[in-house]
Formats: sequence, structure tokens, C-alpha cells
Amino acid sequence: MVITSNGVRTLRRTRTRVVGERLIQGILLLCAISSIFAIFLIIVFVFSQGVPFLAEAGLSFLTGSVWLPTDSFAAGTWGILPIILGSLIVTLGAVAIGAPLGIACAVFLAEIAPPAVRRALIPSVSALAGVPSVVYGFFALLVIVPWIRGQFGGFGTSVLACWIILSVMILPTIISISTDSVRAVPREYKEGSLAMGATRWQTIRSVLIPAASSGIMASIILGMGRAIGETMAVLLVAGNAIAIPTSIFAPVSTLTATIALEMSYATGAHQQALFAMGVVLFVFILILTGLANLVSRRRVTF
Amino acid sequence: MAAKLRETAAIGLLWGAGIATLVILIVILAYILVNGLPLISWHFLTTNPGVRGQQGTGIYSTIVATVAVTGLALLVAAPLSVGGAIYLNEYTKENLPRKVFRQAAEVLAGIPSIIIGLFGFLFFVIYLQPYTGGWSILSGGLTLAFMVLPISLRISEEALKAVPGELREGSLGLGATKWQSITTVVMPTALPGIITGLILGAGRAIGETAAILLTVGGALGLIHGLRDPACPMTLYIYNILTEYNDTTTAYGTAAVLIIAILAITFITDYLMNRYTKKLKGL
Repeated sequence: MVITSNGVRTLRRTRTRVVGERLIQGILLLCAISSIFAIFLIIVFVFSQGVPFLAEAGLSFLTGSVWLPTDSFAAGTWGILPIILGSLIVTLGAVAIGAPLGIACAVFLAEIAPPAVRRALIPSVSALAGVPSVVYGFFALLVIVPWIRGQFGGFGTSVLACWIILSVMILPTIISISTDSVRAVPREYKEGSLAMGATRWQTIRSVLIPAASSGIMASIILGMGRAIGETMAVLLVAGNAIAIPTSIFAPVSTLTATIALEMSYATGAHQQALFAMGVVLFVFILILTGLANLVSRRRVTF
Repeated sequence: MAAKLRETAAIGLLWGAGIATLVILIVILAYILVNGLPLISWHFLTTNPGVRGQQGTGIYSTIVATVAVTGLALLVAAPLSVGGAIYLNEYTKENLPRKVFRQAAEVLAGIPSIIIGLFGFLFFVIYLQPYTGGWSILSGGLTLAFMVLPISLRISEEALKAVPGELREGSLGLGATKWQSITTVVMPTALPGIITGLILGAGRAIGETAAILLTVGGALGLIHGLRDPACPMTLYIYNILTEYNDTTTAYGTAAVLIIAILAITFITDYLMNRYTKKLKGL
């Protein structure tokens, strides 16, 4: 085969082309890796401050109920049990209120709503997701807190105030994921049920919701993650007293709010303790993310 | 008869849930807007806050700060997320590495903002202080990039996934290289979706407070450079509420934020609708 000069040029052009394509692919791969790298960085830096403290304080950090931080480790008392319990109480209550409403709204969106209503409701749910958390907190501080103070006495900044505002804040998460999973149920299931003479509600209750249950469960768990990780709204309405709340009208403090509040002045061991709280919160979030993955992988078959 | 009654009641309840969600949104938005809109004036938007948050001053420097940190976050996160989405969708098959990447983005999106803030404080404010100037626009914006990245990545990926395979095959069949097909066929088709992802990411950055609280410093003066400390609008609301109990200015600032968020919602909703229509027409 005779290779003409023209052919060589084509060959060369093809080679630079191949090299260029490879280079681009490499750059794109780096972009894709950036998320993994970001998580790696976050873990390394937060854990580098938190884990040594956890190791030094031991299990009593999680089980102790007295929190008297100072900048030297020996002089402080480091028990965050009330704060962990505060986070859990606030989260579970918010989910207990928000999940039924969110799931009902999702079923409504996927099955009942006429197209015009759906066209109005979908952007409303994204708007609800877009409202900054500090604005939710501001609203709760000026409307919900005074209402609780007027109705039930006390300061108003309380467990109940957190429940109400957080239940609203987790709605978009629950609604969007649940709606997707209800819509993903094969048409035949629904049509089969309707053809058997079941009413719309019977079909929803005994066919659609069971078939979509894994996605609905995942949405609740991710809603929990949103609630436990929420900072600004809780910070404004929780009251931030470090004690296990005795009633729903008592103030409460959470991991997130304590970190945000005390980081502004903490130094030395106190600051490390706040990073250790960050590690505890991170572990909670990882457990919830893992659980959400586990349940959404489960498929319901008939 | 009982079944019919139950049917009506249940469907009624579902309607109630849908309407309740709408009403909650409207009540919150209306409350902020009714109290805040009367405050918004040219003076309010273009005057700097007073030193101690006195009334009669504006929020100019906080708007500049919000725009600066958001812009910086987008500048970093946009190429990474769009590039990453292209790699995931165009260069990998549905297999393990792809799953790992997607999982990583999901985990990143789920990390609470206060933890991202702790990281940003340690990494950008303390560790990289010689470069970032400590608490600064630069530290805040780079921290926010970590939060914008997964949002924009996920939506860009969905947009790319929605591009029909025939378009790629047609382009490759005509002799275009993979990258040529991506830049001339796939990207233009997916552009509305990709832009939606970036706008939603910007919305996340505009509304973020906890991560900003630990990284940006809270100084009220007008910034002159990226290494200056600043106070974006969200942080300003928190500070004037907790330090000066100045609800009036907080209403005005919150109203400006709400308008920005509503604009973002409408624009993205419009873009996405057009995108789905466009793809249906293909």
C-alpha cells in the first residue's frame, strides 16, 4: 500500500483528533470525580478536628447530659445527650406531622389533581423548596412563636415551634419523591384494579400506595435527613436551652443549632467538641442516606 | 353506600392535602411580601446598611455580597457539574462506576449545610487563609460551590439523559467524533435543562445561610475585593433579628429574597416545560 503525503496528513489529523478526544474525556472524568473528591475533603477536614476529640472524650460524650464547654478539655464537661435527643425529638415530630400531609399531597398530585391544578401545584412545591431556611425561621419567629406564647404560655420558642416549621420545610422533599414513585407504578396495576370494580380510593389504598411504598418510605427518610440537618429555622425558634425538654412547649437545642450558635465564640477544646458534634450529625445523615437507598432498592411485586 | 361515602371522604381529604400545601405556601409568601414590599424602594436597594442596623438605611452591600458569593459558587460549580454530567451520561455505561459517581453526588447533596460550613471554616477560612483572606467572599463562595455542585450535576444529567439516542447516532453516523456530537448536537438540545440546573443551584446559593455564617464574616461594609469579609442578605436577616431585633429591615430583605426565589421558580418551570415540549417534538 502506498501512503501518499495526503494520506499521512489525514492519518496525523486523525491521531491529533484521537488525542484531543482522549484529553477531553480525561478532563470530563476529573469533573465527574469532583463530587467524590468534595466528600473526601469534607470528611477529612471535619473528622480531623472531631475524631481526636471523640477519642479523648469517649462514650461519655454521647451519654453525658451536662454540657459545660470551656477552651481547655480538662476544665469542661462534655455531654451532648440532651442535644442529640433534641435533634431526634424535633426530627421525629416534624416527620410525624409532615409525612401524612406530604404523602397525601403526592397522591393528589399523581392521581387526583386535574391538569390545571397540577400545573399550579408543581411550581408551588418547588417554590416551597426554594424559600431560604432563614426566611422560614423568620416567619416562624414572628407568627408561630407568638401564637404558641399566646395560646399555651411560656416563651413560645419551643419543640412545637420547631415541629410546625420543620414539617413545612420537609414537605417538598416528601412530595416530590413520593409523587415520582406513585407515578412510576405501572398503569396496568391501576387499570386492573379499576376494571375489577374497585373505586378510585380503593385503588389508591390497596394498589397504588403499596406498589409505591418503597419510594414513599425513601421520601420519609430523606425528609428526616432534611429535618435533622436543618439549622437556621431551628436556631431561630428552638430556644436553644441545653436540657432534655419536659414538654412540647419547652425550649430545645439541636446539634445543628448548637454548632451554629457556639462556633461564633468557641476556641480550643470547645471548638473541637463542636466539630465532634458535626461528626455525630454526619453519621446520622449517612445512616439515613443508607436506609433510604436500602428501602428504595426493595421492589414490591404482586 | 358506605363504600361510596368513604370514597367521597377520602378523595375530599386528598384534595384538602393538595390545597393545604398551596395555602401554606401562599400564607408564608404573602406574610413576608405584604410586610416587606412597602419597604422596598430605590433608596432601600441602593443604600448601605447602617453600622448598627439603624432604620432608614438600605441593604445595598448585602445584595452585592449575595451576588458575589453566588456568582463565585456558580463559576466553580458550573463547569465541574456540567462536565461531570457529560462524562456520566455520554462516556460511561450503566454500571458500577456510574452508580458510585451518582451515589457520591447524592451523599454530597444530603450533607447538612452546617457541616459544609464547618468544613469551609476549617479549609478556606483557617487552612487557606493566606489565599482567601480568612472570612471572606472567596471563602463563602467556594464553600457554597460544594452545595451548588450536586444540584446542578443531577439536573444536568437528567437533561442529557432525556436527549434521544437517535440524535447521537445520527451525528456519529455522519462522521462526527464523540466530542463533536456532544458540542453540536447533544448540548444544544439539553441546554434548557442544563441552564435550569444552574439556576436552581444559584437559588440554593442565594438562600443558604448556615454555611455562610461560618465562612463569610458578616461585615456590613461594601466589598472592594474577593478577599473582603461580607454579609449576604440571608445572614443579614439573621443578624439583624438576633442582634438588633430589627424586624422592619428583616421584612424588606426577606421580601427581596422571596422575589428572587419566585423569579427563579417561574423561569425554571417555564424552561423545563419548553424543554419537554421540544423533546416531544423531536
